[in-house]
Amino acid sequence: MTENLTAFAYLVASVCFIMALRGLSSPETSRQGNMWGIAGMALAIVTTLLTPGVVSYSMIILGVLIGGSIGTVVARRIQMTALPQLVAAFHSLVGLAAVFVAAAAFGNPEAYHIGIPGHIHGGSLVEMSIGLAIGAITFTGSLVAFAKLQGLVSGNPLVFPLQHPLNAALGIALVALVGVFVASESSTVFILITAIALALGFLLILPIGGADMPVVVSMLNSYSGWAAAGIGFTLQNPLLIVTGALVGSSGAILSYIMCKGMNRSIFNVILGGFGGESVAGGGGAAQDRGAVKAGSADDAAFIMKNSSKVIIVPGYGMAVAQAQHALREMADLLKAEGVDVRYAIHPVAGRMPGHMNVLLAEANVPYDEVFELEEINHEFGTADVAFVIGANDVTNPAAKTDPTSPIYGMPILEVEKAKTVLFIKRSMASGYAGVDNELFFRPNTMMLFGDAKKVTEEIVSALG
Amino acid sequence: MDQQVIDGANRLAGQAQTLAQNAQDYAAQIAQLAAQQADVGHGTFMSFLTVFVLACFVGYYVVWRVTPALHSPLMAVTNAISSVIIVGALLAAGPAGFSLSKIFGFLAVVLASVNIFGGFIVTQRMLSMFKKKQK
Repeated sequence: MTENLTAFAYLVASVCFIMALRGLSSPETSRQGNMWGIAGMALAIVTTLLTPGVVSYSMIILGVLIGGSIGTVVARRIQMTALPQLVAAFHSLVGLAAVFVAAAAFGNPEAYHIGIPGHIHGGSLVEMSIGLAIGAITFTGSLVAFAKLQGLVSGNPLVFPLQHPLNAALGIALVALVGVFVASESSTVFILITAIALALGFLLILPIGGADMPVVVSMLNSYSGWAAAGIGFTLQNPLLIVTGALVGSSGAILSYIMCKGMNRSIFNVILGGFGGESVAGGGGAAQDRGAVKAGSADDAAFIMKNSSKVIIVPGYGMAVAQAQHALREMADLLKAEGVDVRYAIHPVAGRMPGHMNVLLAEANVPYDEVFELEEINHEFGTADVAFVIGANDVTNPAAKTDPTSPIYGMPILEVEKAKTVLFIKRSMASGYAGVDNELFFRPNTMMLFGDAKKVTEEIVSALG
Repeated sequence: MDQQVIDGANRLAGQAQTLAQNAQDYAAQIAQLAAQQADVGHGTFMSFLTVFVLACFVGYYVVWRVTPALHSPLMAVTNAISSVIIVGALLAAGPAGFSLSKIFGFLAVVLASVNIFGGFIVTQRMLSMFKKKQK
């Protein structure tokens, strides 16, 4: 392939990727969008294989076969509730791949036309070390996120003394080492940069708590894009630069949306430690608020059957209990009784952006019954029942009324405006933020204690 | 009537040809420029930076139009396409002979392939679940 043709094919592949993202603007066009993405990727790979420098195919075919079959099996088997950890694991692979490509470029710069060993262009060295560092941070950061989401390590924020000074020192060391690397082109410094970046990724994500994972996963998504762009600069490949920029900005926007959904700044999330210390403070106040009204599944079924409008508010608890299928059955039975059933999704419900929408879609809930916070919040006033399943903090009125609350200012679903609020909860424990929810103590609230799936199934049999 | 359509089509075809010719000329010029710049080493940095910044803006506007309901598939698909880094891996694993760089390239090919196949398949799985109300 001539150089022009290669460049042209890469350009077409970039456009395919833009079309893939564009397709996601509505569910109807989204599947087509994914096809654009696949086409772009296929074109990029075939084009690269046809460039003059690529002559030995056996290793490449072996690599694609190994990786492809692992990816296929994992993606087919994975449960939708486990999506966040899958995505985190995938991010870590992009990060590590970036590290390997940087190492390959350092060892064999001729393959990329960026110089000869020992005499790589200065600019390329800067870009290489940036791509390397971001890749390494993405790798270990995503591993920690994966471990937390998978429950391999505690989801609680892990805080230790001198955390921030240590991270800052490592960050400064990293920048300094990049300078040394550009001047010396030493492989020892290359390894040092890798090691420090790996440590930094680990330390950055460790202090961030479980419910902040939507932000973390989006942020790492963004990083994996910037790493690809950094490598693209090193290899002087516009396709990698464009794709990296697309992915990077996509992740950044998602992080921003998630932060806004929690009314926190990105720095506040990154610096971590949220929720850890406030747990102790919240516990004591519970007793003064009066009695909690607990109800049975039969009561809940009776109330909902006799209402005209029910809004369901799912949260992470629904995902953990795998209650989405039972929930849809319940909604179907209610609809058969003539009840108007809708779903309300908070932006940060679940452990990744859009997590709840996917789970509901998996349970065959039509997407036009599912609404975002801004679309549906004004409708709680006309609803007879707000059915909260596995959510807590995102419904807490303290976010509007109590300036001392850690979640003050966070946009919430105004379930308290519904005539009756039904809460499925395992126990009276406070939500992730460690804040009491005054809703539990209101006279029009009925608590349904138990596992989200079991309670919903009981309601289903009471309705049937 | 038919004649008009044919004439119109012919005219359009002519214009398209001119356009293609122009595009080819430009491509040739750009290639020539790129070749010249390659000689001076890193002179193309500014043009790559231009591409990068413009792509950031394209990404910004495209992603804001993504419906929030599809944010999970968005993450999965961006993850899959960021594995386009496989291009770098292929170039490293491609040369004849045997070297450390080839090993690194091979490992990167494996990792990126996991992501490409896994990412697109899981996206497809998610998207196939989003259905409209059956009336």
